[in-house]
Amino acid sequence: MAKITFVEHNGTEHVVDAKNGLTVMEAAVKNNVPGIDADCGGACACATCHVYVGEAWVGKLDKPSAMEESMLDFAENVEPNSRLSCQIKMSDTLDGIVVTLPESQH
Amino acid sequence: MDPQTRVVILGAGHGGGSVAAFLRQYGFAGPITLIGEEPLPPYQRPPLSKAWLKGEATAESLALKPLEFYGENNIDLRLGVHAVAIDRASKTVAVSEGAPIAYDVLVLAMGARARRLTIPGADLKGVLELRTAADAEKLKTALGAGKTLAVVGGGYVGLEAAASAISLNAKAVIIEREHRVLARVACEQLSNFFQSYHAARGVTFELSAGVEAFVGDEGQVTGVKLADGRTIACDAALVGVGAIPNDEIAKAAGLECNNGVVVDLAARTSDPAIFAVGDLTQRPMPLYSRSVRLESVPNALEQAKAVACAVTGRPLAPPEVPWFWSDQFDLKLQIAGMPFDADEILIRGDPDTAKFAVFHLKQGCIQAVEAVNAAPEFMAGKQLVASQKPVARDKLVDMSISMKQVAV
Repeated sequence: MAKITFVEHNGTEHVVDAKNGLTVMEAAVKNNVPGIDADCGGACACATCHVYVGEAWVGKLDKPSAMEESMLDFAENVEPNSRLSCQIKMSDTLDGIVVTLPESQH
Repeated sequence: MDPQTRVVILGAGHGGGSVAAFLRQYGFAGPITLIGEEPLPPYQRPPLSKAWLKGEATAESLALKPLEFYGENNIDLRLGVHAVAIDRASKTVAVSEGAPIAYDVLVLAMGARARRLTIPGADLKGVLELRTAADAEKLKTALGAGKTLAVVGGGYVGLEAAASAISLNAKAVIIEREHRVLARVACEQLSNFFQSYHAARGVTFELSAGVEAFVGDEGQVTGVKLADGRTIACDAALVGVGAIPNDEIAKAAGLECNNGVVVDLAARTSDPAIFAVGDLTQRPMPLYSRSVRLESVPNALEQAKAVACAVTGRPLAPPEVPWFWSDQFDLKLQIAGMPFDADEILIRGDPDTAKFAVFHLKQGCIQAVEAVNAAPEFMAGKQLVASQKPVARDKLVDMSISMKQVAV
């Protein structure tokens, strides 16, 4: 079990508990956190689960796959710490991770 | 927004479940009743033909929200219940169990059902369809090493199930009435690619083949009899020949229907108190100046948001480009747009490398893109479908030029 803090574009915070193995996207959707649409349910097909990963956590993540990189390349308002949250699997090392949500996923 | 507004949602699939969730996300505080015919709370159907068959998904991972979500959010989830009739005059819905339910806003989300074949043997055990988790469980039980799955219908469900069968070391035969797979939903180039890719991995095909009957032994299907007299032996037969909207009670209530319940861009039906979402609806598609009935999750979600916006008084988002995806073997197919009125097809990349995209153009603008393992082509193509900016043909087919530079 690890904690994730989602920060909406307007600053509203949502802290949720996620089981190890669950993705950050799944944790958001199952807790009805606004701002992560995840239209494809985690198939890495839509780029509607875009998040900005807090600096302390960026280095702890596995590198994005080629697929994720190409999807992000065409998402809106991409920053160096942008990731697709469906590709981030929770583990003890990510306990406390903070992710900020973009203004829109479309 | 009146806090006394009573919202009743008929159908607890991806669309209906999402309407309830978006309403709460957008701050709607009134009572929500969510009525589902299946025994499960809303879940994702796309993995049923893929991860679920392969044992890579659980009921928990499929669920849109955990069961507690509904109680915690004061959503009255009634499962195993279906609507029998809508009384628009008294604004009530008669249901299969319990007293009629009063509504101020009614949302129809009954989805579509699998089209069935009315041929001899269609009721044999082992003749299956794939819409629900219960269907998927039957199919999963029927598959296994050395078993043969006959798939009637070479659409997405059939191809995905065949790919899953092969990965379970079962055999798969696809029987298709047309001369190519995906005939209704994809271009010829894509059909040919998918057929070869499946064939190379052991799927066999019977194309331009009529199905006369299912034959069986002691009530269990053992084969599919073709119009040319041959019988294809199988341990189970999956019928995937399209879906029919569950619009009967809407029709009976006098709502305008035309291959689905007719709605506007806000997902409102011909009765202003009644909305409809998802596979059930015939919806406007302004990008192509026509109306369509789409069977896709993104469409259901877009309409679910539209309903939540209308009920909570939020402005409606601009219409999205329709899009679809399919996973088969190690292929990721992503489609954006629809190839209506296209006058030209251009291919970027080489199908032999299993990484390419087919662009459908109308007067130099992209109407649709079908991308195989080609995310940049899909993402950029989707944006170009939305903008309708003309593209340079020579750049579009040149893999050395980034998709970011193909617009004129």
